Amino acid sequence: MFWSKGFRGGIHPPHSKFTSGKKIENAKLPKVAVFPICQHVGAPCDPLVKVGDEVKAGQKIADSNAVVSAPIHSSISGKVVEISPRLTPACAEVSSIIIESDGKDEWVETSGLDMEKASREEILAKIKDCGIAGLGGAAFPTHVKLNPPKDKKVEVLIVNGVECEPFITANHRLMLEEGEKILGGVGAAAKVLGVQRVIIAIEDNKPDAIENMKKLAGGEFEVVALKTKYPQGDERHLIKTILNREVPAGGLPFDIGAVVLNVETAKAIHDALSKGLPLVERVVTVTGDVNEPKNMLVRIGTPFTQLIEECGGPVGNIKKLVCGGPMMGIAQPGDASVVKGSTCVLVLNEARAKEYEEKPCIRCGRCVDACPMSLLPVTLSKLVERRKFDLGTEYNIMSCDECGCCSYVCPSKIPLVDRIRQGKAAVKAKVKK
Amino acid sequence: MKCVVSSWPHIRDGVTSKEIMLAVVIALLPATAFGVWAFGLNALLIIITSIVSAVATEFVAFKLMGKKFVMDGSAVVTGLLLALTLPPTLPLWTTVAGAVVAIGIGKCAFGGLGYNIFNPALVGRAFLSLSWPALMTTWVAPGTLTTSATPLTGASVSNTDLFLGNVAGSLGEISKLALLIGGLFLIAMKYIDWKVPLCYIGTVGVLSLALGYDPIFNILVGGLFLGAFFMATDYTTTPITRNGKVIFAVGAGALVVAIRSFGGLPEGVAYSILIMNAFTPLIERVTKPRVYGTGKKVMGK
Repeated sequence: MFWSKGFRGGIHPPHSKFTSGKKIENAKLPKVAVFPICQHVGAPCDPLVKVGDEVKAGQKIADSNAVVSAPIHSSISGKVVEISPRLTPACAEVSSIIIESDGKDEWVETSGLDMEKASREEILAKIKDCGIAGLGGAAFPTHVKLNPPKDKKVEVLIVNGVECEPFITANHRLMLEEGEKILGGVGAAAKVLGVQRVIIAIEDNKPDAIENMKKLAGGEFEVVALKTKYPQGDERHLIKTILNREVPAGGLPFDIGAVVLNVETAKAIHDALSKGLPLVERVVTVTGDVNEPKNMLVRIGTPFTQLIEECGGPVGNIKKLVCGGPMMGIAQPGDASVVKGSTCVLVLNEARAKEYEEKPCIRCGRCVDACPMSLLPVTLSKLVERRKFDLGTEYNIMSCDECGCCSYVCPSKIPLVDRIRQGKAAVKAKVKK
Repeated sequence: MKCVVSSWPHIRDGVTSKEIMLAVVIALLPATAFGVWAFGLNALLIIITSIVSAVATEFVAFKLMGKKFVMDGSAVVTGLLLALTLPPTLPLWTTVAGAVVAIGIGKCAFGGLGYNIFNPALVGRAFLSLSWPALMTTWVAPGTLTTSATPLTGASVSNTDLFLGNVAGSLGEISKLALLIGGLFLIAMKYIDWKVPLCYIGTVGVLSLALGYDPIFNILVGGLFLGAFFMATDYTTTPITRNGKVIFAVGAGALVVAIRSFGGLPEGVAYSILIMNAFTPLIERVTKPRVYGTGKKVMGK
């Protein structure tokens, strides 16, 4: 409705947040950890270690000179046993450093910054040095996000605690258990960006988190409760909802004066600045068809199967293993290991992972109503099928956020978002030529 | 460990096309039952004949085309809708001819479900009107089944009788109350957009008033309710865009008033929808919504 605050379209899938009452537990140290040299958006790193090297937890093992990149640190102490390509949870084959744990968990010495004296450049350098990348899933290097081009005037910092994907509760628990650290990181980010206005956004299906963050924030930062609707956590729709501004097609939030930061990224910033802790662990919700779903603090590089075992194993046979939520998570062909962007390990057994037969489109228009970008998903899908990519561009195919609302609502079970993604890939390939 | 790999999303909404078709049939049940109650056995036979011929035609057509026949319920909806627009005394062989044309030419010739341009039931009805005009304009009074004029051809009835269905007319079009119940059910289930029947019926009312006719009579008479709730809302033959749906409805409403007031026919609902069906691709093209992050409004306020 035009009079209510919000974005157009969207869907209301069942929340399925089974773990919202479960405290974050420490996962066991992995025996063998896998570190792809590119876990972020940007340039891949070069390994700083070779096979046979002894490493400590927190030691930098890969880095790059490129601006848009983030170094990789070992999350355990042990020995480098192999450097070879492995499948990442994004299903890309990336050269990976494999470290066997010595079980001692010995750490390198780290130190934080004196925030009273530290300059903006020192803070940004520390954030980069600690390998912080967006923990909401996209893993965009945080020091780049906090250092927008000089001609872009940033007015608002939006802290994203929306967590609109069903099943996932990692951010929810973090806001309840580590709220002070989140706010510490938020304060530092606001200082670096030079913004006066900070808004912490949380969906209203997490009233305890809203209350806790309000209490902790005092009057310093605004905390807003947003109506629960997927994909509210997508930064484009978050900005539209809160500021009633739209990020221009092909642009970024700073084009309209906003920066969006995930709550766990804020916590990682705090850890990096106060103690110099590199990003070697994150909260992962392990849920779905496991005997005891949990929120776990997991060292980067830990295999998914180990986490599933720690949750009492799967219920029935694992048919689908998804890294991320059910709406936009990536189905894994087999086991994979946690990277910086892994928010959730979702196990689906035969009963839950249904396969659908595609039926003819009846032109019901449900996908048109659901699309938060105001695209015509069915039209785009048909254009892609007919390989009319130029017309697809005319119908703004590149604006698709791939949120999956269209496929979710389709009564004929047409894999619309899949078709559109194929079309986008074809358009991109054409542009490159 | 080997897992199934597929693109997201990994969960889907439970609604299927078949369920939507079933819901439309359920929504038509009050009007169907009222028609059978008012016009007796022949009405029931027309309905059954129409549905069976529609499904059989689709089966044969798909076999001829070498496509796999799937019982998705859409042919049942078409057969039922056609029957509800027919005079209750129509011979059964005529009904068969209507259903065969509706499905064979109206739907399968275009490629089947989702590809037809014109509402198949109305294609069938239009074919019958042109082929057997006398049979298609023989009306009887409910209950007594004696030949009678309809309100559109001069019979005088109260608006209450028009609303409740105590009037001569097509098999399933006489009781507006029964159609309204079904239509509201589809709106409540969110299977149809409430704006379509509202704009369609509203346009007829407003234009009738502007031209000096009784708006209530013009709304309640003829097949407007059946058309507004069940045909102007047909998925395949109407625009998929929100604004397009409204333009379609307003255009159809204007055409009804134009045909009734200035045309040579007493009723215009069927042709109003068929004409607007032809404009659907054009309407869709000009009502593309403004995509997020494009156009003038990008910066917001």
